[in-house]
Amino acid sequence: MMRSLLTLLAALMLWAVPATAQQGGPLRLEITEGVIEPMPVAVPDFVADTPAAQEFARSIARVIAADLTGTGLFREIPAEAHIGRITSFDSPVQFADWRAINAQALVTGAVSVDPAGRVVVRFRIHDVFSGQELGQGQQLVGPRDGWRRIAHKVADQVYMRITGEGGYFDSRVVLVSESGPKDQRVKRLAIMDYDGANMQFLTDGAAIVLAPRFSPSGDRVLYTSYESGFPRIYLLDVASAGRRVLPTLEGTMAFAPRFAPDGRTVLYSLTQGGNTDLYTMDIASGASTRLTTAPSIETAPSYSPDGRQIVFESDRSGTPQLYIMAASGGEARRISFGEGRYGTPVWSPRGDLIAFTKQSKGRFHIGVMRVDGSEERLLTASFLDEGPTWAPNGRVIMFTRESQGPQGEARLYSVDITGRNLRQVPTPGGASDPSWGPLQD
Amino acid sequence: MTYLSKTMILVAGLALAACTNPDRFDSRGGANLGGGAGAGLAGSASDPRSPAYFQQAIGDRVLFAVDQSTLSAAAQATLDGQAQWLMTNRDYTAVIEGHADEQGTREYNLALGARRANAVQEYLVSRGVAGNRLRVVSYGKERPIEICSNESCYAKNRRAVTVLSAAGLGS
Repeated sequence: MMRSLLTLLAALMLWAVPATAQQGGPLRLEITEGVIEPMPVAVPDFVADTPAAQEFARSIARVIAADLTGTGLFREIPAEAHIGRITSFDSPVQFADWRAINAQALVTGAVSVDPAGRVVVRFRIHDVFSGQELGQGQQLVGPRDGWRRIAHKVADQVYMRITGEGGYFDSRVVLVSESGPKDQRVKRLAIMDYDGANMQFLTDGAAIVLAPRFSPSGDRVLYTSYESGFPRIYLLDVASAGRRVLPTLEGTMAFAPRFAPDGRTVLYSLTQGGNTDLYTMDIASGASTRLTTAPSIETAPSYSPDGRQIVFESDRSGTPQLYIMAASGGEARRISFGEGRYGTPVWSPRGDLIAFTKQSKGRFHIGVMRVDGSEERLLTASFLDEGPTWAPNGRVIMFTRESQGPQGEARLYSVDITGRNLRQVPTPGGASDPSWGPLQD
Repeated sequence: MTYLSKTMILVAGLALAACTNPDRFDSRGGANLGGGAGAGLAGSASDPRSPAYFQQAIGDRVLFAVDQSTLSAAAQATLDGQAQWLMTNRDYTAVIEGHADEQGTREYNLALGARRANAVQEYLVSRGVAGNRLRVVSYGKERPIEICSNESCYAKNRRAVTVLSAAGLGS
């Protein structure tokens, strides 16, 4: 069902590296809280070194440019404005041509298809004004249907070398694909590239599925399904799409599953006698441990990246608020004190921020706060925004936005953690509950 | 087969029209459960022993205030009728479906719907219905019966619906 895993060979090529070029180089884009003037970048079509590579030469450059401009940190100088032409990857770049159009960064590349039918991409990143390469040229090899991944990997390198931070383009998102009217909505588990490409269904829509979560390595997915008539937690293997239900007591409801950072433990909510509490389960043995015992609702948990703490949602104070406790349970401290209701906390991969959903004065917001609850910042506002998930580098948040009324529909959006660059993520139809997976190998 | 599938088979066997959508994805999994397919159950509403009477004359659902799971006086009156019917018609079991309106996050609303369903279950048990004839499930905000985005619809969506099925077919 799933495409075969790519074996991308990221062989470092040592050609033509100027002795003076430093890793990171002189061209630098600091990602700060202030207003950023996007960096002008040129991504001319890659050079096709073999006839069979012709079909990829332009597409790969387009995906790289879309990744970069999609961050809001880069602005592409369109091909019509280019003076220079890259006709040979190995010929020296005429930097004056690129300076003249004010490009600061230039990405050049060549594509070929090798005798085994694999796509081979070489690329270089240039600092136009110093006339030097940023880091070393690289070669990436992958199967034909993996060409978008190769492009994403190039873009990740550009992002990393210019911002000094990890990228997030070669990553996937597991989500719920939605169709049908609001009162009979069909929900199917699906997986796609971070940019909405290559969407594939993982379930058939016969049963309601909710809130999937990627495993830390991206090989498995936890989700809630009504397949049995009652909400239960399922574990799905991404490569085979094979799934199994996790054992929970008859007469209970289990939902809101999350992987621990070690990938071996599931943190989830179990409802028994109308009371919802947090539990963990060892996946291998199926043995569960209860973490909370309050008569209030405890749900929507999330581990800290080191696995030592849990942030979760509880209405023990009367309204849903955010709390942090040790991973083993015990006393919890409240961290949300603003006006309104707080839910769906998700710890950032860097560990410093918690993203959440906030309801206040009839509006929904996605926001972030520090782990101690300080510096709350609302990033979005709409009729219904919910369920944030973090990009692997902790710079961008994806979430569900549902529109109002009988024709209301859910779509995915992304926004960066400063509240800039709000964008709809293109999906073939309705979509909700994204979970952003790790950068792929 | 699962409990729910059997319920659906039973419903189909009673020649009912609850599920008219030919889409295979709606053919099971409760797409119409609790959706208030009012014409759904067998018999005539004038026959006090019929599920139709339970659904229409007694009322198969109770409504809740925003964020609440407490039973109003009106809800208790409806549930008194439900309990009496269930005590008389012992061939039936029931699944109590709890629901929430869309003003809340998905997982919290699941837990809230479970609270509502549980409140109904506890009340029915307190009125003499055997606990093992009742099961609860929450759909959270996944299955609204009304689809507008204002209080007139929300009020009807904050509900717990007692869905009958014939005894002995449960899992």
